Amino acid sequence: MIKQLDKQLSARDVVAQLTDGMTIGIGGWGPRRKPMALVREIVRSNLRDLTVVAYGGPDVGLLCAAGKVRKVVFGFVSLDVIPLEAHFRRARENGEIDLWELDEGLLQLGLRAAAARLPFLPTRVGLGTDLLKYAPHLRTVESPYGDETLLAMPAIELDAALLHVNAADRMGNTRIDGPDPFFDAWFARAATKCYVSCETLSESLASDDLALARRNTFERSLVTGVVHTPAGAHPTSCAPAYGWDLPHLKAYCASAEDLQKTTAYLKNVVGSDEQVYLQGAGDPSHVAALPLPIL
Amino acid sequence: MSDSLEYSLAELMIAAAARVWRDDGEVLATGIGSGPRLAAGLARLAYNAGLMLTDGEAYLVESPVPLGPREVGYCVRASGLMTYERVFDCVWHGRRHALVMPTQIDRFGQANISWLGDDYARPKTQLLGVRGFPGNSINHANSFFVSGHSKRTFVSGEVDMVCSVGYNPAREIPGMRAFTDLRSIVTDLCVMDFGGPAHALQVRSLHPGVSFEEVQDATGFELFAHPEMGLTVPPNAQDLQIVRSLDPHNLRASVVRNNPAPRGS
Repeated sequence: MIKQLDKQLSARDVVAQLTDGMTIGIGGWGPRRKPMALVREIVRSNLRDLTVVAYGGPDVGLLCAAGKVRKVVFGFVSLDVIPLEAHFRRARENGEIDLWELDEGLLQLGLRAAAARLPFLPTRVGLGTDLLKYAPHLRTVESPYGDETLLAMPAIELDAALLHVNAADRMGNTRIDGPDPFFDAWFARAATKCYVSCETLSESLASDDLALARRNTFERSLVTGVVHTPAGAHPTSCAPAYGWDLPHLKAYCASAEDLQKTTAYLKNVVGSDEQVYLQGAGDPSHVAALPLPIL
Repeated sequence: MSDSLEYSLAELMIAAAARVWRDDGEVLATGIGSGPRLAAGLARLAYNAGLMLTDGEAYLVESPVPLGPREVGYCVRASGLMTYERVFDCVWHGRRHALVMPTQIDRFGQANISWLGDDYARPKTQLLGVRGFPGNSINHANSFFVSGHSKRTFVSGEVDMVCSVGYNPAREIPGMRAFTDLRSIVTDLCVMDFGGPAHALQVRSLHPGVSFEEVQDATGFELFAHPEMGLTVPPNAQDLQIVRSLDPHNLRASVVRNNPAPRGS
């Protein structure tokens, strides 16, 4: 028998493969299925000057709070139930970060262009708005098939993508069990390297329940490393396993009030390693019992 | 008959907002926020059986999902899937009509939910980001729901960040094709549309006890009065029964500050 693939890494291994100034895409959506254990490991590291590409939630906010971010490429940063992300908001209002602000769909088109190794994809989205004013590098193109001017949405190439899924195996097969896989597949495909954290890690996801395979949204050849992080999306949700932790998110937002509180959150809550974090968060059993949000 | 009904200003607004979808046929109706969401649910049940709604998460539903915590045993019954990726596909295809609550709206119908101030590098107030506004506004029908009609929302000049395309000739790029279709604005004072000269905003109906002058005074730019401007059609008994059943926890009580009744009632 030939040796089987084993892509298992620790969160620390993943962060060791990242370097200052990288462009990092983060999967999930707002307060949903964010690879927070990997994000926290970045916070604990010396990494800096990152460009973060995301449908942003506390991933973006926390990285801003920790001073890791040079630039955010985003369509929104929000916790949904708490519409304004306090740490992102503070970083913006203090003029601390650069932006490339995008429509949600444009962000996807940028990832899709990179995923298909194209320089751009044409779209009407963004024309007539201030997105063009604040991103002067954007260009329009004339349709070769008719009289129409379109925005040429440039490829958003990622040095690395960080994703969180429900289940993975050592070879890099993944499964998203929640109802919406969001845009994780496009992040995976737009990235040079893709690291996936997971709730459960098994030897193999191979199963005779073929319906499960429909929950696999990107193939393992895109996956560089797999990290086993139970409760790794906390305080965001990871349906159907657990919901977001609203009291935690509120405390997290309140810590944006001043530098002292932010420092305390980073030092005492994020802490020195993930075990400490999870104990503070009420350990995985608390996380597993968090109810799914009802909208 | 309806004279004897008691209802709040929010319920009047929700019923008025539901009617924005009346003649849309089979489109995805998206209401963001409690008031707009209840309006979409009411529209589906009372005015347009073709409307498609979601559960707010990822599923298409034929029965609007009530707001807030659900009765024990309640199950969302999905008739289809509407992941965010499919929402984008739907947006670009055009069969959608969204009812949203912008922070700022200008005379051109351009709207802002991204940030406030005059320095992009250092905004006075960071809001959400543009979200889907650029794509929505150039691709499909949009209406607005404004719970506090004032010059802070209806700004003079342009909005601080043009997130959504309106009817501003100065913003047109040569060769650009826009499917911009701004329909109605339902506020706590009135209902307006973009049917004035050169798509200017005009008041279609006033809520009870509100004058055109009052609406004009609360707006940062010139409004027109529709020749048949009358009183906003009040909710009927069925409207109220549906809205209340879709909102068992009375989240609509926080749609308008202090949850007033319509004036004079």
